[in-house]
Amino acid sequence: MLKVATVEGKTPKIKRKSEFIVVARRLSKNSSAVIGFVVAALLVFMAIFAPLVAPYPSAKQDLAHTRQAPSAQHIMGTDELGRDIFSRIVWGSRYSLSIGFLAVLIGTAIGMLFGASAGYFGGVVDDIIMRLMDVLQSIPGILLVITISVVLGPGFFNTLLALSIGGIPMGCRLTRAAVLGVRHQEYLEAATSINASTPRIILRHVLPNSFAPVLVSSTMSIGNIIMMAAMLSFIGLGVQPPTPEWGSMISGGRTLIRTCPWMVTFPGIFIMFTVLALNLFGDGLRDALDPKLKK
Amino acid sequence: MIPVILGVTILVFTILYFIPGDPIRLLLGAEPTPAQVEAKRDAMGLNDPYLVRLGRYVEGIVFHFDFGKSWVYNTPVTSELLQRFPRTLTIAVICMLMQIVIGTPLGIIAAVNRNGWGDRLSMFIAMFGISMPNFWLALMLILFFSVKLGWLPPFGIGGLKYYILPCIANAFPGIATQARQTRSSLLEVIRSDYITTARAKGMSEFRILMRHALPNALLPVITIIGNGMGMLLAGTVVIEMIFGIPGVGWYLVGGIGNRDINVVQSSVIFLAIAFTLIMLLVDLAYAFIDPRVKARFAGQNRRKQHA
Amino acid sequence: MMMSKNDTFLSVRDLVVEYTAEGQVIHAVNGVSFDLERGKTFGLVGETGAGKTSTARAILRILPDPPAKIRGGEIILDGEDLLKISEKEMRKIRGRKVSMIFQDPMTALNPIMKVGEQISEVIKMHNDIPWREANERAVKMLERVGIPGDRSEEYPHQFSGGMKQRVVIAMALACSPELLLADEPTTALDVTIQAQVLEMINKLKKDFNTSMIMISHNLGVVAEVCDDLAVIYAGEIVELGSKEAVFDHPAHPYTLGLFGAVPSLAEEKDRLNPISGLPPDPSHLPEGCHFNPRCPYAQEQCLKEKIPLREIGPGHFCRCIRVTEKEGKYVILG
Repeated sequence: MLKVATVEGKTPKIKRKSEFIVVARRLSKNSSAVIGFVVAALLVFMAIFAPLVAPYPSAKQDLAHTRQAPSAQHIMGTDELGRDIFSRIVWGSRYSLSIGFLAVLIGTAIGMLFGASAGYFGGVVDDIIMRLMDVLQSIPGILLVITISVVLGPGFFNTLLALSIGGIPMGCRLTRAAVLGVRHQEYLEAATSINASTPRIILRHVLPNSFAPVLVSSTMSIGNIIMMAAMLSFIGLGVQPPTPEWGSMISGGRTLIRTCPWMVTFPGIFIMFTVLALNLFGDGLRDALDPKLKK
Repeated sequence: MIPVILGVTILVFTILYFIPGDPIRLLLGAEPTPAQVEAKRDAMGLNDPYLVRLGRYVEGIVFHFDFGKSWVYNTPVTSELLQRFPRTLTIAVICMLMQIVIGTPLGIIAAVNRNGWGDRLSMFIAMFGISMPNFWLALMLILFFSVKLGWLPPFGIGGLKYYILPCIANAFPGIATQARQTRSSLLEVIRSDYITTARAKGMSEFRILMRHALPNALLPVITIIGNGMGMLLAGTVVIEMIFGIPGVGWYLVGGIGNRDINVVQSSVIFLAIAFTLIMLLVDLAYAFIDPRVKARFAGQNRRKQHA
Repeated sequence: MMMSKNDTFLSVRDLVVEYTAEGQVIHAVNGVSFDLERGKTFGLVGETGAGKTSTARAILRILPDPPAKIRGGEIILDGEDLLKISEKEMRKIRGRKVSMIFQDPMTALNPIMKVGEQISEVIKMHNDIPWREANERAVKMLERVGIPGDRSEEYPHQFSGGMKQRVVIAMALACSPELLLADEPTTALDVTIQAQVLEMINKLKKDFNTSMIMISHNLGVVAEVCDDLAVIYAGEIVELGSKEAVFDHPAHPYTLGLFGAVPSLAEEKDRLNPISGLPPDPSHLPEGCHFNPRCPYAQEQCLKEKIPLREIGPGHFCRCIRVTEKEGKYVILG
């Protein structure tokens, strides 16, 4: 039994590794995907090394220099409390980016579990899970997240939780579709015939094969989630001032839009470029994983 | 459809049931006594058990279309929603029309000129479109057209010009998505075998596009329109807030600020119902147009008649 | 070349088709030449990827243009070189003078257009008649292929595979073409339906006096309908001749291999003899004779020189330097 298990365990790994290299090579030929990846990487870099990148601490007030237009000392100007906007954007990237990645990660993982169970077990389990997903998806995304946020209240972890739940239906549906597609394949019958246990079958065979579409979808969702987080902060939920989350920075600068337009403009530009980079990369990833759709 | 609406209502109600703190306390002003709070809660029926409250709420909606009263203002929520919804819907519909009328041709041009400059340019713009937060775009538009140029009003409702900026801001991501989806759908259809068959018949590329490619390509795009409406309805939440348009979205945001739970849950459920109805219409339209689905549909009906 | 000039309806000369994908060049068709007499059926036999479909599509000029390009040759139909005329003129020929039946009936029809309409479309395109008349002709065409006329209002998904293929045939023959290109028309169908469809094609062909090129990898099909045939391998014709000549006296090692791999009802055999090895990678064709890696008779010369097509018998050609005649049969010299 041990021998068979190791043989069974070896093959998928080898296949996955060489597949990975092939995909990576295809991806590297797509210039916009590469640009997206580089920009996203730079932003992550900026978030991780914020103390080194930002010229000022995010909370540092300089009441003598409030509402300054962009200048040499403050390349993106200052806000109503004299805080350097560029620094706040850099520090804020930690919140915005981590919410994006973590919410998608958690939401997709839970969604995949639901989807795999629904697809594999079928019957009542499938019905219940799909009904639940139907209900969840009948509420336009941001509204569902708002509802949960109202109960949980503002704050980083609460917002993270609310956004994760919003991401579940997508992962669930895609995984379920992939599982249904793969369910009757012969190698699953073979695995069952050698008495491999059900969870093992799901983990070892089913999930790796549903990986690709979920991966593409998740990458594109990250940008969407970041925008939703910003929207939440904007309407008073989400992450609130003084935390320099990009959405709340825009919200804070709204009243001063006539006199200090830089307060609203720059955080938004960063949101846009972050989401753009992730979307470019996601697009390229989809093309690389399914070459039939390529040029 | 009914079970879904029921499910949504139960879900939203249940989630908001667990709101921490006590909004009622806040209502009663400065330092109310616990007795006063309890009395108020009793009067509002909030001390009843979960199922009773849920039953009352659901029954009110299903049989009387009555969403109850605002906790803060004690005004009927239903009339507010009905009065405000036309404005929200107007914006959503205008945006959807823009999405179809501008986005679809852009996508077609991009697909037909594949990899040409038209394709690259429109896809480039589309990429920006789906990456821009709509509330930020709204603020930028206000900045440019109202503050700097003074052409368009940034606030309120009134004539047509008040709707221009909100609709552009809300529609831009949708237009971009529509262009991208149309393009990819068309590109996929163009590689189909029946397109080669059409060529072998001696049809010109233009005729093939019009009679074979587009009808097949635009079919799946119809479902995207349904989903897009959902996003537009949801997007109006911030758009109304920014432009001061008294629609359902602004009502919802107000309710959040006031911790007026009934306003929040009713607004969300109302919008969810609207969304579900629209999706139903879209599904019906799709079934009507696609002969493969129509046949299945008709087949089921015939079976039911004979059963 | 092998037939009297006045009968030759189609003459393909040194056709070369290349596909360019991801920087690599795929040599799909490498100098194919053959003639077709009016009213006769010509078979193109070969494995998948040998270049048969590319040849047929080149004749109609419906190769997908970004990857595919016709790099050389002539296709002379009724005196006109199809490769030299304008696209506009070519469109007049497609569907009317030359038409095609495709391999996969499941995807060859527009799923959201009524079947009758898809036929009347091609009729209306090439005839200046009102729609009503075009529709009537379409219905008649359906009946000729054995489908009740009132089904013209139905959609493709309401037909079985075999019936869909009949619709495709009706579409192809609707304008009474002079040349019909049939690309493996029965491959995707059940064996029981195959015979029916083949019979119908043959009958219609006789009724309309259409010349036909039948592409197949199935020797049985070729034997049934063709008058002459060519065996294609790696984009080249390796054997060419009348059906009797090739079936009774196969010469090329590849052809011998094909016949050896066919199960026979007459003989008892323990195992079939497939040809060893795999078809070559069309982007890296072997030097010399393309078949040499799999040929049991390959010699030094076969690996180096380009082998020409030699006439080994009256109207029977073979692309192999080792074949000679011996007592009425073709053998490979020792």
